[in-house]
Amino acid sequence: MTETAESNVASFVEFRSVQKSYDGETLVVKDLNLKMPKGEFLTMLGPSGSGKTTCLMMLAGFETATHGEILLDHHPINNIPPHKRGIGMVFQNYALFPHMTVGENLSFPLEVRGMGKSEREKKVIRALEMVQMGSFAARRPAQLSGGQKQRIALARALVFEPELVLMDEPLGALDKQLREHMQFEIKALHERLGITVVYVTHDQSEALTMSDRVAVFNDGVIQQLAPPDELYERPQNAFVAGFIGENNKLEGRIEEIHDNKALVRLKTGELIDATPVNVTKPGQDTLVSIRPERVEFKPEFFDEGAHMIEAEVLEFIYMGDTFRTRLRVAGHDDFVMKSRNMMGQRRLEPGEKIPISWHMQDARALEDDNAL
Amino acid sequence: MKKTLILTTALAGFAVSATAEELTVMSWGGAYTKSQVEGYHKPFAEKTGVKVVSVDADNPATPIKAQVEAGNVTIDVASVEFADAIRLCDEGLVVEIDHASLPAAPDGTPATEDFLPGTLTDCLVSTDVFSTVFAYDTEAVGDTAPDSIADFFDLEAYPGKRGMRKTAKVNLEMALMADGVPAAEVYGLLETDEGVDRAFAKLDAIKDQIVWWEAGAQPPQLLADGEVSLSTAYNGRIFNAVIGESQPFDIVWDGQVYEFEGWVIPKGAPNLENALEFVKYSTSTEPLARAAEWISYGPPRQSSGSLVGIYQGDGTTEMGPHLPTTAANLTNALASNFEFWADRETELNERFNAWLAN
Amino acid sequence: MSDAATAPELLTTADGRPLKSALAHAQARNKRRAFYLVLPLLLFVVITFLIPIGQLLTKSVYNTGFYSWKDRDAGVSIPLMVELREWFDETPADAEPDEAAFAALVAGLVHARETKSIGQIGTRINYEVSGSRSMFTKSARKAKDLVPPYKEALLEVDEDWGDPELWGAMRNASKVVTLDFYLSALDRTRNADGDIVKVDEERAVYVLLFKRTLVMSALITFLTFLLGFPVAHLLATLPLRHSNLLMIFVLLPFWTSLLVRTTSWIVLLQSQGVVNDIWVSLGLISDESRLQMIYNQTGTIIAMTHILLPFMVLPLYSVMRPIDPSYVRAARSLGATSWTAFRRIYMPQTIPGIGAGGLLVFILAVGYYITPALVGGSTGQLISNLIAFHMQNSLNWSLAAALASLLLFAVLLLYWLYDRLIGIDNLKLG
Repeated sequence: MTETAESNVASFVEFRSVQKSYDGETLVVKDLNLKMPKGEFLTMLGPSGSGKTTCLMMLAGFETATHGEILLDHHPINNIPPHKRGIGMVFQNYALFPHMTVGENLSFPLEVRGMGKSEREKKVIRALEMVQMGSFAARRPAQLSGGQKQRIALARALVFEPELVLMDEPLGALDKQLREHMQFEIKALHERLGITVVYVTHDQSEALTMSDRVAVFNDGVIQQLAPPDELYERPQNAFVAGFIGENNKLEGRIEEIHDNKALVRLKTGELIDATPVNVTKPGQDTLVSIRPERVEFKPEFFDEGAHMIEAEVLEFIYMGDTFRTRLRVAGHDDFVMKSRNMMGQRRLEPGEKIPISWHMQDARALEDDNAL
Repeated sequence: MKKTLILTTALAGFAVSATAEELTVMSWGGAYTKSQVEGYHKPFAEKTGVKVVSVDADNPATPIKAQVEAGNVTIDVASVEFADAIRLCDEGLVVEIDHASLPAAPDGTPATEDFLPGTLTDCLVSTDVFSTVFAYDTEAVGDTAPDSIADFFDLEAYPGKRGMRKTAKVNLEMALMADGVPAAEVYGLLETDEGVDRAFAKLDAIKDQIVWWEAGAQPPQLLADGEVSLSTAYNGRIFNAVIGESQPFDIVWDGQVYEFEGWVIPKGAPNLENALEFVKYSTSTEPLARAAEWISYGPPRQSSGSLVGIYQGDGTTEMGPHLPTTAANLTNALASNFEFWADRETELNERFNAWLAN
Repeated sequence: MSDAATAPELLTTADGRPLKSALAHAQARNKRRAFYLVLPLLLFVVITFLIPIGQLLTKSVYNTGFYSWKDRDAGVSIPLMVELREWFDETPADAEPDEAAFAALVAGLVHARETKSIGQIGTRINYEVSGSRSMFTKSARKAKDLVPPYKEALLEVDEDWGDPELWGAMRNASKVVTLDFYLSALDRTRNADGDIVKVDEERAVYVLLFKRTLVMSALITFLTFLLGFPVAHLLATLPLRHSNLLMIFVLLPFWTSLLVRTTSWIVLLQSQGVVNDIWVSLGLISDESRLQMIYNQTGTIIAMTHILLPFMVLPLYSVMRPIDPSYVRAARSLGATSWTAFRRIYMPQTIPGIGAGGLLVFILAVGYYITPALVGGSTGQLISNLIAFHMQNSLNWSLAAALASLLLFAVLLLYWLYDRLIGIDNLKLG
């Protein structure tokens, strides 16, 4: 489904079978194909060493592709030096020039473009106001807090009005609250300016909140490229399922499969319903993945005719807005159920035996490729 | 060289280890110190049982001045140049030595008559006469070897670089002698501005060809490296290079400028009595002659001259012809005039340094 | 409430002691311990550094040669030329020496002869008036037998006693505190009238050498920078494994004796040396026109640049190592060419290292002595060689001290300038 959507995209940035190797022995990026339309906010998400930063650096021009082509606005840019690509970039450590004031930092990209002084000043002020830092032009980077530095770095990457902006884990050094606030601001800027953003992070919640689409990287390959909700709701493989959000996994074997419904027999013998994702025939080993918040224990909410299994409450944790219950299910001690703290919600006691179930489409039967 | 020195000092120390008496003698190092260790230190230690420790300095006058001024003297006897001895004496930094206490010659001639004129001063007892001569590489000068001081300044007959010591002293005298001034008139002429101008003019003629040296070990090295074809040098250094290392050098004695050097005793020397005994012993006839068999510096006592025998370094070379004090070498020689230099040194060195730097 | 805010009452601890004194008391012990820890270093610095420098400065302005004589046997100081100094005190600077003055001089000479201090007196005056030392010794020998009128008697011994320049020099020397050595160190002297004038051109050497020292040191500093910057950059950016090896090459000269390094340069650069031999064998130059690369300024510059190079590389390296490569990347992404990124972004961040290395090399070069002495010939000599000359050869330590002090002042001035222009806190030595 996503594959077809991909091919129809009018591409602004395109990776064509890009490969990258540093040592000539192993590939850090394996045959990368990616198209992104103008104005998109795309996040490259993955654990460290997955190849996402290398992709970003190749796009910026600091690394050369070992094989393949990178196109920007339909022009190959493999041989264009970084300063001629006109791509704005925000670095993880901000990379604000310590010997220049904030104003000079912002003025720098305009200066090297030979812009006149008065025009420069106007643009600098506008960029600073855009990030609510209008009065900080005379400060030095060392006098700024982390969040302020982040805004300046952002303003500097935007001040020369690039169409494409790359961000390399820009919020990694901020504390949680500030990070969430900045996520919101960056997203707002993106929408207001209509720029195209490639954003690299290893924080999945950041990826989900900000992006139009997320490319999940692992082992040099894009595991899945999809909008956040699809990624979350319908992970394509075990890696994505495990990497995005919390997940319960139950091993089993396909008993029956037809249309969009699969019957899975768990190792401990119970039968459950699941939606087949990349399993095709009975007898196949599978991992069934279920989100904790989609697990139900009140029979009135169960799907009609759905299979139930018995669970034992091991631990009940009060978390304010939610409850988190650790259960023993089908021989697993780490099965988690999340329930909202609603009016009249009762507390479960450790040792209590409860039936649990879920909607069939929330249990996704994935090929057990031992990727986890 | 140094190894033997350490060894001999160690042996000397071993021989007298029973006694705690000690004497520290400071000298210039190298073959020069060795000649003193062989000629004076060893026999003195044997005779008196006093352990003689030998230490070296670039110019012992400098540490002596520093030590006495600081009131922390560790040196008992030091070998210094004549001019420095006078200066140290003037400044009251060294002890006066009674000439009458020096031993007479074997034939009974009193010391004051036996020593060459000018070799004894209030504070200094000379141990040797050394000379600044010029030497050349026999393979570098062509068929007719240079034989007069004028040849040193003759760039046409003897092209090539020349080594000279980086001081005004000796160079000015040699320049005048090369310009035809008889040795006896050199200092009289240098008292006048015209004389000084004349000397500098003579030096000017070869200035571009001069490689300046500062340490006595440099001239033989410069000659050996082929950096210079002629060089002024201390005669002892050339002697060692020729006899010890078989270098093809030869000395031109014409126009030599000889000086004295010898012992002084710093004020506050820790072992004053032994120091005096050492000075008396080492400057008696026999030890002076023995030391001259180790280095080609002449003994200042007339009675020692005939006793100097074979060079102890190889056991075959007659020492006589290689000493500055030998009659044949003194035909056109100049005794360095301390009084002149004490008076004029400041002025002439300033001028010399200015001449050099420009 | 508002009163309390404007005039805060004295805070006290629970038992009523003022908070400040309680704090001071609590910290005193720690402070004392810290002080004991630095005490050895403090003493070391005072004894080996501050006291000698103090003595140096003292020596450059304080000379008792014409004032008192230290009898080392008795351990007392004997005043010299008492009568003459009194006469100088009572008469104006331009007074003609009269009979009284000559009488006082003769009395002083007699006394000096008795105390054997005449050499010292003569040496002191000889610094100013060349040739006067022998006048003093000669006249002192005869002084006891002189009879009034002393003026004629003394002039008969030596007519130069009437020289007003000599009297001017004696008047100057009669004060123990004098700036005369600084005058000499700047090629200045006092004429007979006591005015400060330049010395004869053919004797003027110190100012020239000061200038040459500063110019050559600056050149050497620049060369070490030129050679050291790329090396330091390479060291800072190479992977650790390779950079460690390179670092050993940089430090290798440090582990070799200075004398060995200097003589190696002689072997390489002399006219019969390795470099010339290679050029001749390659046919680049003919055997007759071998290049003179040593015993002149070229030799001094080459050898000193090599010897001082590590002092430039190390501070640069220590500044470059922590510079994040993302600064240059950021500049590139912002549209700067690699040269602009280097010039505007990288280079300015290395200024603390350039400053430290430059200052270090310059200060070391200004005081360098052995290398120019060995390979400098006549034109490659620096002021330090003349300081050494006056320390070791002429034994005129007061002049040596004055020259050294001027050098010290020049370095301090430079340090001050650096502080004003760049800021001393912007100095990173490692």
